[in-house]
Amino acid sequence: MDLILDLARGMLSRRRRQTLVSVLGVALGVAFFVAIASLMRGFQTYFIQQVIDVQPHIVIKDETRTPTPQAAVIAVPDGAVSVNGVKPVDRVRGIRSAGDKLAILEAIPGAAAAPILTGPALLRYGARDVTITVTGIDPVRYRRVANLAKDIIQGSLEELRSAANGLIIGDTLAQRLGVQLGDTVIAVSPRGVTLQMKIVGIFHTGLVALDQSTGYALLKVNQVLQDRPNVVNQILLRLADVTQAEPLARQIEARFGDRTESWEEQNRNILTVFVIQNAIMYSVTGAILLVAAFGIYNIISTVVFEKTRDIAILKSLGFTEGDIQRLFLVQGVIAGLLGAVLGCLLGQLMIEALAQVRFHTETPAGNDRFLLARDWRIFAVASFFAVASAAFAAVIPARRAARLDPVQIVRGAA
Amino acid sequence: MSRGVRRVTAPLLVVDGVTKRLSEGVTLVSDISLSIEAGEFVAITGPSGSGKSSLLYLLGLLDRPSVGRVILEGRDTADLPPQDLAALRLARVGFVFQFHFLLPEFSALDNVLIPIRRRAVLKPPAARERAMALLDALSLADAAAKLPEQLSGGMRQRVAIARALANDPALLLADEPTGNLDTKNAAAVFDIFARLAQQEGRAVVVVTHDADLAHRATRRIHLVDGRIVSDERA
Repeated sequence: MDLILDLARGMLSRRRRQTLVSVLGVALGVAFFVAIASLMRGFQTYFIQQVIDVQPHIVIKDETRTPTPQAAVIAVPDGAVSVNGVKPVDRVRGIRSAGDKLAILEAIPGAAAAPILTGPALLRYGARDVTITVTGIDPVRYRRVANLAKDIIQGSLEELRSAANGLIIGDTLAQRLGVQLGDTVIAVSPRGVTLQMKIVGIFHTGLVALDQSTGYALLKVNQVLQDRPNVVNQILLRLADVTQAEPLARQIEARFGDRTESWEEQNRNILTVFVIQNAIMYSVTGAILLVAAFGIYNIISTVVFEKTRDIAILKSLGFTEGDIQRLFLVQGVIAGLLGAVLGCLLGQLMIEALAQVRFHTETPAGNDRFLLARDWRIFAVASFFAVASAAFAAVIPARRAARLDPVQIVRGAA
Repeated sequence: MSRGVRRVTAPLLVVDGVTKRLSEGVTLVSDISLSIEAGEFVAITGPSGSGKSSLLYLLGLLDRPSVGRVILEGRDTADLPPQDLAALRLARVGFVFQFHFLLPEFSALDNVLIPIRRRAVLKPPAARERAMALLDALSLADAAAKLPEQLSGGMRQRVAIARALANDPALLLADEPTGNLDTKNAAAVFDIFARLAQQEGRAVVVVTHDADLAHRATRRIHLVDGRIVSDERA
C-alpha cells in the first residue's frame, strides 16, 4: 500500500497547481460548512439552553388534550347524534386534587415541582392602568423550577412573604406605570376583586413580553385576587435530566389526564425551524462540496489522461486492475484529505473572524456578538464528507484507468 | 528437440497454435506454434505490421490470444483470470519497450524498486540492495538517484532493462528496445541481452527490424503477415 501511496504522490506532484485548485475547492466547502455549522449550532444551542434555563421543563395544565365529550355522544357512541349549542357546566377550572398530584410529582427523582395560578389583572397606579398576567407562586417551590430570583434587580423574592400582598413586576412595566420599589398599586381582577399590592421586587429577563406584562404574587394572594380559592391551574416541573422531559410528560399525561407539555412541545415551532435551518445549511454546503467533487473528478481525469503510458507500463510490470484503480482512488482521497485539513484550518480562521464581529444593538440576552459552537464534531463531519465526496469523484476516472488496455497504449506510443 | 537434444525439463514457454484477431476482423498473428528454452536469445524480425510486437505481447501474457494456448513454465495461461496473469508477469516476465516508459517523478533506483516493492517478497533493505545491484551490473550505479530526465537515452533504456529484471524473471521480452538509440548504445543493449541469456540463463526475446543486431541472437524468427516464415538457430 505504501507503494501505491508513493506512486499517487508522485503523479499528483506533477500537476501541483491544478491539484492545489481542486484541493482549495474542497477546502472552501469544508471551511464554509464549519463556519456556518458553528454559527447555527452556536445559536441553536444557546437558544435551547435559554429555553431550558428560563422555562420549566414540563407544564401540567388544567385542561385536557381533547374536549370533554358531550353526554349524548357518551350515551350513544355509534349513533348519529349531534347536539349543538350545549353550554358547559360552570365548574371551577383548575387542576383537580393538585396537592396529591404535587406529592406524586415531587417523589420523582431529579424532579422539582411548583404549583402556580395565573390569571389576568388590571394594575392601576394613579391615572395609569395596565393589564398584566399575575402568576401566583409558592416562593420556596418556585425557586426550584425557575430562575426568577436570578432576574430580580431590585428587592427580592423572599419579600413576597414578609409584605402583605407583595407583587414583583418587570422593569418595563414599572416604567410604564411609573412605580418604584415600595410603591403601592391597585390590582383589579376580572372577578371584581380589588387588592392593594405593594411592589416588593422588580425583575428584568430581557424578554419584552415578560418584562412589560407579568407580575408575581404569592399563590394565596393570587387565589384571593382571582377569586379562585385553593385553585392551581398549572404545575411546573424542572428536571435534572432535560432529555427525559418528553417521555415523562407523556407518562404524567397518561396518569393524570391533564394536558402536559414538555419544553420540546412548547417550543416545537422553533425546533422545527431549526430542523429546516439545518436542512438548508446541509444542502448549501452539500452543493459546495459537489462543486468541489467536480474539481477532484477533473484533476484525477487529467492525471489518468496524462499518465496512460505509466498506467500501461505498471500493468505490463504486473500491476492488476485493482492496483491501478486504487492508485487513482488514493489520489482522490489525498486531495480530499488535504482539502479537509486546509478547510478545517480555514474554517477555524473564519470562526475566529466571526467571533470578532460586534453588533451595536443590545439583544434580549445582552449579547452583541455571534454565538459560535466550537465543536470538534463539526470538523469531523465536514472532513468526513469532504474525503468521501473526493473518493467518490475519483471512482469514475479510476475505473477508466483500471480498464485501459496496455497493449493499445504501448502500440500507440511506438 | 529438432536437434535431437534430450531435455529433462519442459521448455520455458510453449506457444501452441496461437492466433490473434482484432474485433474488426484484422488478423495480427495467425496460427503460430513455437517453444522457447531457458538461455535462448531469440530475435523476432519482420517488416512493419508483420505481427512481431503482437506476438511479443502474447508471449508476455500482456494480451490474450483469440485462439490457441500460451504455456509458461508448464502452466496453461488460457483460463487464468487477469490478476493471475498480472502476478505471473510480475514474477516471471520482464518487459522492455522502445520507449523507456520510466515514471518521470521517480529516480532510477525508485523506478527499479517499483516491481520489487509490488511483489513484496523482499524486505525494504534487501529490495534496495537488489535494485542497486541491478543498476550496478548495468553500469548505472552513479545514476541511481537521478530522475529519468537527467539521464541520456542509452542510460534510460538500461534503467528500463534493470526494471524489467527487478523480480528476476525467467523471460525477458523487448519490443524494439534499440529503436531510439544510436548504434553504440544499441550494440551495448544487445550485449546486455546476450549476457543475460548466456550467463544468467534467461530466455530473451527481442523484436527488432535491425538485421545486424538480429544476427547477434542465437535464434532468429522471421515473421511475414503474422506467420513464421523462417526459424533458424545460429
